[in-house]
Amino acid sequence: MSDTTAATERPASDGPAMEVRFRGGGFAPQSRRWVGVAVFVALVALVEWGTRAGWISPLTLPRPSDVFGTFVELWNSGLLFKHLGPSLSRLAVGAALGASAGVLLGVLIGLFSYVRAGLVPLVAAIFPIPKIALLPLFVIWFGIDEGSKYALIAFGTFTPTVVATYGAVDNVDRSLIRMGQSFGLSWLSIVRKIVLPGAMPGILSGLRISLAIAIILLVAAEMLGAEYGIGAYILQAGSLYDLERLFAGVVILSLLGVIVSAAIAQIERRVLGWRT
Amino acid sequence: MDIRLEAIRHAYGDTEVLQDISLAIPAGRIVCLVGPSGCGKSTLLRFIGGLERPMEGRVLQIGAPPEGCLNPLTFVFQDFALLPWRTVQGNISLVLEDHGIRGKRARAIIDDVLARTRLSDFASALPKQLSGGMKQRVAIARALAVNPAVMLMDEPLSALDSQTRELLMDDLITLWTRQPFTSVYVTHNLAEAVRLGHRIVVLSRRPGRICEVVEIEKPLAERLYADPDLDEVQRHLWEMMRDEARAAEEELIDV
Ligand SMILES: Nc1ncnc2c1ncn2[C@@H]1O[C@H](COP(=O)(O)OP(=O)(O)OP(=O)(O)O)[C@@H](O)[C@H]1O
Ligand SMILES: [Mg+2]
Repeated sequence: MSDTTAATERPASDGPAMEVRFRGGGFAPQSRRWVGVAVFVALVALVEWGTRAGWISPLTLPRPSDVFGTFVELWNSGLLFKHLGPSLSRLAVGAALGASAGVLLGVLIGLFSYVRAGLVPLVAAIFPIPKIALLPLFVIWFGIDEGSKYALIAFGTFTPTVVATYGAVDNVDRSLIRMGQSFGLSWLSIVRKIVLPGAMPGILSGLRISLAIAIILLVAAEMLGAEYGIGAYILQAGSLYDLERLFAGVVILSLLGVIVSAAIAQIERRVLGWRT
Repeated sequence: MDIRLEAIRHAYGDTEVLQDISLAIPAGRIVCLVGPSGCGKSTLLRFIGGLERPMEGRVLQIGAPPEGCLNPLTFVFQDFALLPWRTVQGNISLVLEDHGIRGKRARAIIDDVLARTRLSDFASALPKQLSGGMKQRVAIARALAVNPAVMLMDEPLSALDSQTRELLMDDLITLWTRQPFTSVYVTHNLAEAVRLGHRIVVLSRRPGRICEVVEIEKPLAERLYADPDLDEVQRHLWEMMRDEARAAEEELIDV
């Protein structure tokens, strides 16, 4: 019976019928939030198991549950916020200074040939300097207190922001600028209404990198003259080889990074909804 | 307001692009520029619109632009050139804001041009939500909003499929019939040229020179799809252009 139906449905040319193989999938990122969590949980569980079973010695890696214990202790004693407060304010002030100066200069480089010719080589020269190496200099210039910490973080976020911003300005669709000129828009209107919004995607993705660098530099900034701060806490624990506290600090920095990145994603969703 | 081109010549580096172009664009008429690829049609249009300067010769405006004209020489681009982050009405208000037209007055103009281009229902749509034909209608609405003396259109329908093109040509004819505007209309498509042009200027291959100027007397509103009279003109234009176009094509292959 199956033969007869097959015969009636079979098209003009015979031979075995085969469904066309699907080969169009992939290359389209989709949101799969739980996968990230699963990987993380599996990794922690593996380490926990290893340290309990003994095939990871406590000197190599601390037990995750102990790290968690340290964290809870930090929270309960109120020390967490005593460390977190100064760190967050350093991060906010430093990153805000560096990023806004970077966006401003990046836009100027993008708009004016003379500024570009003068400053692009300079930015290229200071980009690869490890900013940590300049900490003593900043201490002399801005004092051992908050000034040097703000300066270090600001300087570290500044250069990548400049590079990302002028790249973004360069990539603004020239035909839109032509359009603005053809309708007689003023120079300022073209910059404000065409160049800046057009450069926004590039500026925001640059900020992602700059802010991650700001978090990295937080630890360096708190190397000198900081009693409280996540960076200071990590450095203290490190010098004592207190791995539990070291890891608790590192986890806080990681969380900070995740939060910042999620915040930028939120901003992108709101501001760049026009992208296809 | 009329436009007159006087002995325009231009070269980019060593390549002569345009030679000795003299042309009159009378008010209230559509002048079509046709010619093979790369003959300098877009360049000529940029000269007329003041976006670029010719090496020799002048572009003259004769007479004052009419009352209430915000931007006498207004472009409609092939790639629409809409700001993707602004809605349809935002794209139109963009060109009004700089003239200090905001609020109620802007609202009135925007409503009017959207109604004329049959886009009233899409005022708050983003460009990414629109089809190509609708995007070009938005661009036309934006051009109408500044009440131009001369519309400079660079292959406005080339990025669209042929049905949409027919529909938009009908739209343009309706717009013109209701309120005649002056236009320089660049196209590759001879059918478009004979449908919309009162005067058709045929350019030679690069360096572009004027080969012939053909006048079509028939009123725009009476020109129909597959009109035999127009077909005759179109055939004549094609006879004239075929060799030029072939030579231009081979030139490009040689490069
Ligand atoms: N900014 C420029 N710099 C150098 N050469 C240019 C520039 N703009 C155009 N050209 C050259 O000038 C010639 C004419 O260009 P144009 O764009 O005006 O031609 P066109 O007639 O509009 O062509 P198409 O029909 O393909 O649109 C071309 O050979 C092009 O390569
Ligand atoms: Mg062109």
